[in-house]
Amino acid sequence: MKSIQELEKIRQAALEKVNLRTDRKGTRIVVGMATCGISAGARPVLMALLEEAQKRNLEDVIITQTGCIGVCRLEPIIEVYKEGEGKTTYVEMTADKAKKVIADHIVNGKVVDEYTIGAYEDKGVK
Amino acid sequence: MARNLFTEENFQRLNEVIEANRQKQGALMPILHEAQKIFGCVPMEVQKIIAEKLLIPLSEIYGVVTFYSQFTLEPRGEYVVGVCMGTACYVRGAQPILDKISQLTNTKVGKTSEDGKFTLEATRCIGACGLAPVITVNEDVYGRLELKDIPGIIEKY
Amino acid sequence: MELFRSHVLVCGGTGCTSSGCQKIIDKMDTELKKHQLETEVKVIKTGCFGLCEAGPIVIVYPEGAFYSRIEEKDVERIVEEHLLKGRIVTSLLFKDAVEEGKVKSIDEVGFYQKQQRVALRNCGVINPEEIDEYIAFDGYKALAKVLTEMTPEEVIDVMKKSGLRGRGGGGFPSGLKWEFTAKATGDQKYVACNADEGDPGAFMDRSVLEGDPHAIIEAMAIAGYAVGADMGYVYIRAEYPIAVKRLQIAIEAAKEYGLLGKNIFGTDFNFDLEIRLGAGAFVCGEETALINSIEGKRGMPRPRPPFPAHKGIWNKPTLLNNVETYANVPQIMLKGADWFAGIGTEKSKGTKVFALGGKINNTGLLEIPMGTTLREVIYEVGGGIPNGKAFKAVQTGGPSGGCIPAAHLDTPIDYDNLIALGSMMGSGGMIVMDEDNCMVDIARFFLDFTVDESCGKCAPCRIGTKRMLELLDKIIEGKGEIEDIGRLEDLANTIKSASLCGLGQTAPNPVLSTLHYFKHEYEAHIIDKKCPAGVCQALLSYTITDACKGCTLCKKACPVDAIIGEKKELHRIDEAKCIKCGACLDKCPFKAIVI
Repeated sequence: MKSIQELEKIRQAALEKVNLRTDRKGTRIVVGMATCGISAGARPVLMALLEEAQKRNLEDVIITQTGCIGVCRLEPIIEVYKEGEGKTTYVEMTADKAKKVIADHIVNGKVVDEYTIGAYEDKGVK
Repeated sequence: MARNLFTEENFQRLNEVIEANRQKQGALMPILHEAQKIFGCVPMEVQKIIAEKLLIPLSEIYGVVTFYSQFTLEPRGEYVVGVCMGTACYVRGAQPILDKISQLTNTKVGKTSEDGKFTLEATRCIGACGLAPVITVNEDVYGRLELKDIPGIIEKY
Repeated sequence: MELFRSHVLVCGGTGCTSSGCQKIIDKMDTELKKHQLETEVKVIKTGCFGLCEAGPIVIVYPEGAFYSRIEEKDVERIVEEHLLKGRIVTSLLFKDAVEEGKVKSIDEVGFYQKQQRVALRNCGVINPEEIDEYIAFDGYKALAKVLTEMTPEEVIDVMKKSGLRGRGGGGFPSGLKWEFTAKATGDQKYVACNADEGDPGAFMDRSVLEGDPHAIIEAMAIAGYAVGADMGYVYIRAEYPIAVKRLQIAIEAAKEYGLLGKNIFGTDFNFDLEIRLGAGAFVCGEETALINSIEGKRGMPRPRPPFPAHKGIWNKPTLLNNVETYANVPQIMLKGADWFAGIGTEKSKGTKVFALGGKINNTGLLEIPMGTTLREVIYEVGGGIPNGKAFKAVQTGGPSGGCIPAAHLDTPIDYDNLIALGSMMGSGGMIVMDEDNCMVDIARFFLDFTVDESCGKCAPCRIGTKRMLELLDKIIEGKGEIEDIGRLEDLANTIKSASLCGLGQTAPNPVLSTLHYFKHEYEAHIIDKKCPAGVCQALLSYTITDACKGCTLCKKACPVDAIIGEKKELHRIDEAKCIKCGACLDKCPFKAIVI
């Protein structure tokens, strides 16, 4: 790295990929893959997401790992940032649930309400 | 345990590790970590070689090896069962789980079972407190455990 | 068999037929032909999808896109956009009655509302193994700014003004530490990062390293520039394999981009970083012990002074901060000292990450501004105690901290308040205990930990903590005398004032704080020979009440035949034989067995 301009160039290039606002293009799905996420079963979830996205030839969908999202109790957690939408947080995921998220939410734009953190809170699991 | 650790090949690997690290300042710890990986323990024979190559007194190396809990003088079992005894796990009932595993594997805490299959350890916090109580079997992590889950897990191995 | 790239399913059920699906199919065929796609895309008329209200329905595979209420004019778009260009036509997708305002994101739930993320800002957002993603979120911008626009003195000045204090435990002002190291004389200086997070129940540093490793690299490079060091070490626990791996990947990527190495950003600043693994010794979290360990020695503390700022690694001036402290640095450089100093309380600036665990609904990692009260953290962020149990205490500071009772829940969290309560900030473990936890047992748990981890160098810690543990064991076994409380206090004060390092000096805190706030529990163990929480086995006695129906289930469950009684008659427990295993308690269907 020799100059700030160079850094800025990389930043601009990477920016769209991580654009978390609603004006982003395409979809970004992150899977919480810190120690707690992995021990709660995040790997099969990530694999299912990748597999399902590939099976459906989904372009414009980035599936990636990230660190600790913070609510270890609800791991595995995935978060979806989709064009025109805010962030959606899905909790206590499994491979099957992940497939449903791809089918319903990513492809068909229908948030799977019963898997979201909101639904979890509503159940009053206090 | 039947496995022969002191193979020609393993000593060869140890030599390579020593050569790769010897120029580093403070090379002893990285080398010991590798040796522990290669041999599954750091017995006297291995310490002697390291002492000769690094020109560090054997007594000093022995002091370091016995100071850190990650280094062991004796080989460990095929499966190392670690029961997390961090605070979060402890308050959520890690002790009965440890007792249960000890009973099932016929292994005392910190020891290896007679057939060399299990080593039972009460480990420090592994940082998966959100899933407390937690145990690890080699690389596998089991969380949100209840006593009744234990026999099933041990049976798998 | 012909192979088709895509299949278009058009519902031909009654409902859709009546809403005009045949026209859709015809149109689809025409459009496909127009784009010469008829050999690639197959149109199939299917049975009812069961969503007649939304018909006509078209589904395109392999994507499985579910279009609803399709009209003839929409077909053109589907063919052109989706089938030809591969872009799903979002606006035509099936929307169920999307209920507006429904909570679907984590940001909207109580857990997040009180939080403010500085050190954790990228955790759970970026892919930690992709340096580009870090850069996209202004990563390495602070380093660029510092190297090209600021002098080392200015950097230190910003650090001092920000009011950042060490997040590893003691809370020493970081800016001062930086200044001491910068002013120390030496041909070679080092920057080190303490990632030997050993407190049981704490995993903040692990999360930062796993989720945002580049932030640490960037901060250490900034620190290197400020104090005049060209070499850094990250000392990290070997128990954190994922964190180690991600940090390694990050270091490699930074080297490749020239963000570590020689002439960073075209300046004459060089900086390199190396990982050193810990090997399972809690005391290595103490700074001088950590330095010994990096040097390849037994991890025993050295007397201070000299402080690491003057004589650290290989006796060279060394700046040592912990992970979370570093994680704040790039943000402070970018947003300025005033921004950071604007968060928090008068003497504790910024935010603090806590690992919330134990008897709490929302276990997890959280970052709150200093000055948030314990009550807010436990009840609003943490969601309270599960199973309707009563809160008893919150333990902060790990084995160096203490237990804080309900009466002090409204205390704003900062360094000084926690110390005033007999606990400390520590690295940020926060363990909640409920009525089922015995405080004597908890004190014993922590002391057992320190006895085990005491390095043995100084007598107060090595022998003193052992004696304290023996006294606690005696109390827990029901053999305690009332004088033992005084003995514990005497020992604790001696250990506190005479130990060499922080581990020993703070080791008695769990005992002292529980003695202070929960003396009645100690007294119950000693005088009444009872454990109020029902934890300490030796003090339990099981009895069978009149609710017993004589079902004999408990008798069968008892491993030592300590239960006597005939069928359909009241049973009783032979206390001499009873081993207090609790097996009968679990079995009794009538809740007739009580402690």
